[in-house]
Amino acid sequence: MGLELIPISRPAPGSGGLTGTWRTLKPLVDLAKCIDCGICWLYCPEAVIDWEKGKKISIDYAYCKGCGICAHECPVKAIEMAPEET
Amino acid sequence: MRQLASLKTALTGNYAVAYAVKMAKPHVIAAYPITPQTTIVEKLSEFVAKGELRASFVNVESEFSALATVYGASMAGARAFTATSSHGLFYMYEMLWWAAGSRAPIVMAVVTRTVGPPWNIHDEHNDILAIRDSGWAVAMASSVQEAFDLTVQAFRLAEKAYIPVAVGLDGFVLSHTVETLELPPQELVDEFLPPRSPNAPMPLRPGLPLTFGNIPSDDRIHAEHLKRIYWAHQEAKKAIKEIDAEYGKLLGRSYGGLVERRWLEDAKYAVVCMGAWCGDAEAAVESLRREGVPVGLMRLRFIRPFPDEEVAELEAAEKVVVFDRDITPAGGVLGREVASVLGRDKVVDVVAGIAGVDFKASDFKAAFRKALEAEKGVVLI
Amino acid sequence: MLSIPASCASVVQGLGPKSGIGMPLLNVPFASAASVATGIAEAFKQLGVKGRAVVWAGDGGTADIGFAAVSAAAERNSDVLYVMYDNEAYMNTGIQRSSETPKYAWTTTTPAYAGGKKEQKKDVALIMLAHGAPYVATANIAYPQDLYRKLKRAAEIEGFKFIHLFAPCPPGWSFDPSLTVEVARKAVETGYWILWEYDDGVFKLNPPSTIYADKSKRRPLKEYLKLQGRFAHLTDEQIAELEKEIDKRWDTVLKLAKAFGK
Repeated sequence: MGLELIPISRPAPGSGGLTGTWRTLKPLVDLAKCIDCGICWLYCPEAVIDWEKGKKISIDYAYCKGCGICAHECPVKAIEMAPEET
Repeated sequence: MRQLASLKTALTGNYAVAYAVKMAKPHVIAAYPITPQTTIVEKLSEFVAKGELRASFVNVESEFSALATVYGASMAGARAFTATSSHGLFYMYEMLWWAAGSRAPIVMAVVTRTVGPPWNIHDEHNDILAIRDSGWAVAMASSVQEAFDLTVQAFRLAEKAYIPVAVGLDGFVLSHTVETLELPPQELVDEFLPPRSPNAPMPLRPGLPLTFGNIPSDDRIHAEHLKRIYWAHQEAKKAIKEIDAEYGKLLGRSYGGLVERRWLEDAKYAVVCMGAWCGDAEAAVESLRREGVPVGLMRLRFIRPFPDEEVAELEAAEKVVVFDRDITPAGGVLGREVASVLGRDKVVDVVAGIAGVDFKASDFKAAFRKALEAEKGVVLI
Repeated sequence: MLSIPASCASVVQGLGPKSGIGMPLLNVPFASAASVATGIAEAFKQLGVKGRAVVWAGDGGTADIGFAAVSAAAERNSDVLYVMYDNEAYMNTGIQRSSETPKYAWTTTTPAYAGGKKEQKKDVALIMLAHGAPYVATANIAYPQDLYRKLKRAAEIEGFKFIHLFAPCPPGWSFDPSLTVEVARKAVETGYWILWEYDDGVFKLNPPSTIYADKSKRRPLKEYLKLQGRFAHLTDEQIAELEKEIDKRWDTVLKLAKAFGK
């Protein structure tokens, strides 16, 4: 039987679609203010923040839903939630 | 047949099933007691406790969990078995569909029993018939020997077709009645039933990040999956016949596949039935034939997949009398199933023996005559 | 090897044939996860596969519809790591009351105009403790390092492990999503949520809850409640009553820590 017996799913980015398009507020990072602590990376529920000590952070906006947890948790207020332009 | 001796012995139907399961070497057994099933799993727990069977015996808190446990085991690659009856089977209902929809090759014994109220532990087929649309293969034995043989065959079928199989046997009438049977040597059972593949229906193991059962992006994925279960059942008809024939070659007994036929070649009338009472039906048919009535018998061994082609052979008969040991608000289940093949004009559906009421060969004879008078429709005894 | 019953977690995986989960995963019926995981664990044992059976289930699937199976798995000491993420209501169906919904909280089946939920929250972690499970812990999404440590520790233990994970739900509790961690943290700082673990016969508080054993160190409960719309209708008397209930909970936990301390 060439067909799979049952429909099996495999890990892939964007399994929920381009969830970044839901966003109404966009996190903007002031890298000059960023102290490289990784707290935003730790708490991001979508795991869209890349962080490696010494390299500071970057956000994958394709899947960031704009929840604002990173901005709220940032200890130095280096992330600002800006309205998305429509 | 090889020169390996079978053991001629006498067992109850439930113990015959337990011995068959033991010889099938399952990895995981889980069950919850319910009369009249209980002695199957009691015996199996004894085999495990004594070290005669190397398996996990999981004591669960409900039939729902019994099926959920063997489901998890089966999906993880294990050969798994459970058993139940009546209310226990109904308590499993959601899991029955999930297991079939996952193509989990589980084998389950269903010791048939009435469904309450009132409480009644006696024999009736309503319980096992109620799962016929769930995606399980559903079979019924007619003797203690067949309960054994069918259970061994069920593992082969489940693991070939990726359809879970329910093996029915009549409560008390078979489950607690001692009959003689032959237990084949383990070597032959091993040859008939090789270890199952742990890679299907899906390889489920650490390091292989596969997901089953999340929401599909397109409902057509789900629709195709459902159609595949239909096709799997159609293909399973052939597999059932082949497995039964191979079992016969290797172990000395086969039953004819989805149905067993008696005196049908010249039959003007046909009796159709399922389960242990077919023995009494056969005695009645034999007696009628002696009286000169050209009647034959078709015993349904499987009702899922349904033996459409075999039942269609009865086209030549003038009248087909179906005996249902079950009742629904629309009549008997088998009567309607058979009529769906032969048409309502040819079929008389006799509903009898429900709630465990005794029904003997002489009752079959009387009911047969009553059915011929009725010509069609439902006759309630 | 993950089993997930019907829950928000069945949805967040995303849509097949893709999956957002990088682990082997079976989606299973609502009440079945603890039993399915038991079957997986037993199969692995018999087949000689090295792997752990893990359940990730909500409060509905655990404390309510799946409770019999969870209790049985704990009683059998089946080799399962069970994580109940607790968002204190049936969120996947749209915010209906569960046995984990706290007293007076609004849900769509406990309307605010009728006073919210009338009954107390069921303490599932303590019930699991009473089963004699070898490892039981509470956790909170605001303290991921604590959760990580507990998951790692639990994975080392053979038998039934239970982690009760506090997980706020922005729409279900009516607060802005940016406050998710803040709400969870306030739950600990006010003493509403207590971090503890029971491991190998020893019951202990975990930081930062350790300091809140001293009641004077706790923040007023109001600071936790006022962040959430589901408590907007509460009177001061009701808040005082809830604070008293928190004191009682602390009393129990401290007695356990004393009785089963090192």
